[in-house]
Amino acid sequence: MAETIWLFLGLLGILTAASAVATALSWKSTRKGDVLPSTLANLNSRIKAWWIMIATISIAFLFGKGGVILLFAFVSFAALREYVTLTHTRRGDHWILLGMFLIIIPVQYYLLWIEWYGMFSIFVPVYCFLAMPALTAISGDTERFLERVSEQQWGIMLSVYCLSHVPALLTLPIPGFEGKGLLLIAFLIATVQGSDVLQYVFGKLFGRNKVAPKISPSKTWEGLIGGVISASLLGAALYWLTPFTPAQAGLMAALACIMGFFGGLVASAIKRDRGVKDWGHMIEGHGGMLDRADSLVFAAPIFFHIVRYFWT
Amino acid sequence: MIENKPLLRRAAAMVLAGVARAITGVRPIWQGCAPSKRQRIYFANHASHGDFILLSTCLLPEERERTRAVAGADYWRKTRIRHVLARDLLNTVLVERNWVEREQDPMVIMLDALDNGHSLIIFPEGTRNMTDEPLLRFRSGLYNLAFARPDVELVPCWIENMSRVLPKGAFLPVPLLCRVIFGLPVELTPAEDRHAFLDRARRALLELNPEHQRSLNHG
Repeated sequence: MAETIWLFLGLLGILTAASAVATALSWKSTRKGDVLPSTLANLNSRIKAWWIMIATISIAFLFGKGGVILLFAFVSFAALREYVTLTHTRRGDHWILLGMFLIIIPVQYYLLWIEWYGMFSIFVPVYCFLAMPALTAISGDTERFLERVSEQQWGIMLSVYCLSHVPALLTLPIPGFEGKGLLLIAFLIATVQGSDVLQYVFGKLFGRNKVAPKISPSKTWEGLIGGVISASLLGAALYWLTPFTPAQAGLMAALACIMGFFGGLVASAIKRDRGVKDWGHMIEGHGGMLDRADSLVFAAPIFFHIVRYFWT
Repeated sequence: MIENKPLLRRAAAMVLAGVARAITGVRPIWQGCAPSKRQRIYFANHASHGDFILLSTCLLPEERERTRAVAGADYWRKTRIRHVLARDLLNTVLVERNWVEREQDPMVIMLDALDNGHSLIIFPEGTRNMTDEPLLRFRSGLYNLAFARPDVELVPCWIENMSRVLPKGAFLPVPLLCRVIFGLPVELTPAEDRHAFLDRARRALLELNPEHQRSLNHG
C-alpha cells in the first residue's frame, strides 16, 4: 500500500502548491486596492472545490470497493438529475423517470457489487433500452415520443452506464495486479481530471485558435495539445499505479484524455443547445456534477474495455 | 401534547426542508429583492403540492418559521390524515374556497394570520394549474390583502420545475433541479382598480419565468 501513501502525499502537495499560488496571485492583485478579477475568483473557488472533491474521493477509497461504488452511484444520481432537468418531460413520463433513479441506478451498481459482468454490461443497453420505450408507449402519450424516449436513453447511457465503468475497473482480474484495482481508478481519474486542469491552464496561458468556436469559446488547440501532452507525461510518470509499462501508461493516458476532450465537447454542445452555461451549481466554481464528470463519462468505458481486452 | 406542537412543527419543517434540498437541490434566486425579516406575502405559481415546501425551504430559518402557506380547506380537511398534516405539521392557514357553502370568510382568516405577525405564502391562481398555460388568471384575494394591509410587501415568486418533480396525483417525487426566483415586490397604487392590479401582479410573476423570457428573446 506504499503506492497509496505516495499518491495521497503527491495530491496533497499539488493542492497545497495550487492553493499557495492562487493565494499569492489574489494577494498581489488586491494589494493595490482593486477588486479580485473574476478569473482569479473563479480559480480560488475551483481550487477550494478540488480540496473537497479529493477529500471525498479519498474517504470513499478508505472504504474500498463499497465506498467507491457508493460514490459513483451518487455521481450518477447527481449527473442524471442535472441531465433530466434539461430534457423535455411530460406528465406521462413520471414512472419512467422515477424508475431511472430508483431502479436503474441501484441495479447497475448492485451488479457491480456482485461482480456479475455479463449482466452489468448489457442491463442498460439491452434491457433498459427496450423496456423504457415500451413503458413510455404503454403510458399512451405519443406527443414528441421519439424525442422523449431518445433523451431518456441518452441520459441513462451517459450518466449511469458510462460512469459505472469507473468503479467497474475494480472487477477486472488482471494477472499480477490483484487487489490493486483502486489504484487503476486513481490513475484514470488523475489523468483525465489532470488533463482537464492542464487544458484549462494551457488554454488560459497560450490559447489563440478555437477548436469549435460555435460550441465552446474556452476550448483551444493550444489548450488541447498542451493539456493532452502534459497529461500523457503525467500518466507515464504514474505508471507505478498500474499494470502498464511507462510507455503504455503514457499511451493509455493520452487515449483517456482525448476521449475526455470529446466528452467535454459533447457536453458543451448539449448545453449550448439548451441555452445554459453550466449543468448545475453543485460544485462551486466548476458548475454542476456533469461539468466535472463529462470527460470521465467518455473516457471510462473505452479505458475499461482496452484494459479488459489487452490485460486480462 | 399541545405544548409539543411548536417543537413538532419546527422538526417537521427542518426535515421537509432537508428532503426538499436533497431531492431538488433547490436554489433561491433573489432577483428583485433580498431575503428580509420584513413581513411579506409571497405569491407564487402553483402546480404541485411540493410548491410551498420548496418556497419555504428558500427562506431564512427565522423567516421560514413565521411564514405560513394558505391552502384550500376543502382539500386538506377531506381526510383525517390530511387535516392533521396541514394543521399540526405543515402549519398551514386553511381557507374555504367554495364561497356558497363556506362558514368562515377566507379574508378574515388570512388577515388574522397577518395580524399575528405571520408572513404568508399564497397561490393566487386558487388551485393547482393543470393546463399547458404557464399561469392561470388570478383570484381577487391578493388584491383584497394588498388593499387591507398596504405595508406588507407582496413578493412574486416563480417556482421552477416543481410540477415536473411532483405532478398532481403522483406520490413519489422525481429528483430534478429546482429554483425559486424572487422578483421585485408589487405595490398597489392608489389609482389602481382590482382588475388592473391583479393583471399587473400576474404579469410581474409571469415575467420571472425563464421560459417566458426565452420566448420573448426568440420572438
